Amino acid sequence: MQLTLEFGGGLELLCDSEKIHKVNVDLPNGEDDLTMKHLLSWVRTNVIKERPEMFMKGDTVRPGVLVLVNDCDWELSGQLDTTIEDKDVIVFISTLHGG
Amino acid sequence: MEASEGKSKKPGASRLCCLCNQRRPVLKRPKTLQQICRECFYEVFEEEIHQVIVGNRLFKSGERVAIGASGGKDSTVLAYVLSELNRRHNYGLDLFLLSIDEGITGYRDDSLETVKRNEVQYGLPLQILSYKDLYGWTMDEIVKMIGLKNNCTFCGVFRRQALDRGAALLKVDKLVTGHNADDIAETVLLNILRGDIARLSRCTSITTGEDGPIPRCKPFKYTYEKEIVIYPSLLKLNFDTLTYDIRMLISRSWTTSPPNVSIYSPNAYRGFAREFIKDLERLRPRAILDIIKSGEDFRIATTTKMPEQGTCERCGYISSQKWCKACVLLEGLNRGLPKMGIGRARGGVNGDHKKETKKPPASAAKSLESKQCGSLDF
Repeated sequence: MQLTLEFGGGLELLCDSEKIHKVNVDLPNGEDDLTMKHLLSWVRTNVIKERPEMFMKGDTVRPGVLVLVNDCDWELSGQLDTTIEDKDVIVFISTLHGG
Repeated sequence: MEASEGKSKKPGASRLCCLCNQRRPVLKRPKTLQQICRECFYEVFEEEIHQVIVGNRLFKSGERVAIGASGGKDSTVLAYVLSELNRRHNYGLDLFLLSIDEGITGYRDDSLETVKRNEVQYGLPLQILSYKDLYGWTMDEIVKMIGLKNNCTFCGVFRRQALDRGAALLKVDKLVTGHNADDIAETVLLNILRGDIARLSRCTSITTGEDGPIPRCKPFKYTYEKEIVIYPSLLKLNFDTLTYDIRMLISRSWTTSPPNVSIYSPNAYRGFAREFIKDLERLRPRAILDIIKSGEDFRIATTTKMPEQGTCERCGYISSQKWCKACVLLEGLNRGLPKMGIGRARGGVNGDHKKETKKPPASAAKSLESKQCGSLDF
């Protein structure tokens, strides 16, 4: 499954300062759908290079990290239960900073 | 809209905007938990800020107003929204951006670039003032003199006054900052934890310093950080800007290796309060507004003796001592005694010897700790 991941608000610094990552994610074994829950742990393992605690807390994003799935707040699509489809664009923006 | 067919199996995606009942919602508002579409979001976001401005009579027509612009998300969105509202509702304000350059090589460069872009985008004039302009020293020069250890004190103390000094230099009527609801809730908590009653009583005011030369106000007082961040993302505004903020978070000033940032440092302390606020927000987003409300409703017993607020004999800035902290630090720098004013002052200009008997020993340290490195100051 081809996905576009975008990191902003400084989160890109946790993944080689690349803001946009075009990635290929396989469905988890024995599952028909890819959920955000799975995608997050995949991102943590495969994309985040340092300080994963700035990105995640427990099995979800750290409070203060905003998630948009296809330009839509993930709080509307069920957060961790959001089903991800091929060619989806997922944006992570950290709000935890000055400004 | 275009995506809604394919994505209809996502829960919630098939519902419609609570406000217009026509379009697909893109956001759940933390303030109201309403699901609203992009168009309605812009409308309510901007309209609420307009109502805050009008309801609190923040401005008068013809005023010259400086927007404290760091290049971060809050001040960037503030500059954008304020110039829009000024046009739309004929506030009659003479707006411009005011940025402070601490003079740290490689630190503000990106954010100043952003501010420069904003100048072009929004047609707002930009004034950059440096620590050199305001104090005669760049931070790089200060670090050279005092080393890596105590420079946060200088940077923080100087930053707190920089906007006010800059605003005075540029003869503005008012200064606005991008402090948002999350910032204010965090500050309420911090002031309670520190037992700082004086700050607690003023940190929720939408306008401060009205009796001083230049009042400061916070049009985003009731605006959630989440909405400020999502606003430009949905509008596809120029938002490279966000990068510099976290760089600040990761490598706070000159600590050479970031992991060594002490958890006892004042920055970390503020960070914990922030994280707590964000945890609360996740459980119940209204909590942020409720904390602000609690802060507003605090009443201090009339019998409580409050610290007297005077003005610095040297520069006229508010100070509870004879000289304000910035002037004490500057005096030290200029006399080649940079340690002056750091930690417990011995025989300083403010005659600490007589105060020291009254103050508990922790207070000297506290006055330092409360001056954090971040850009939040109330």
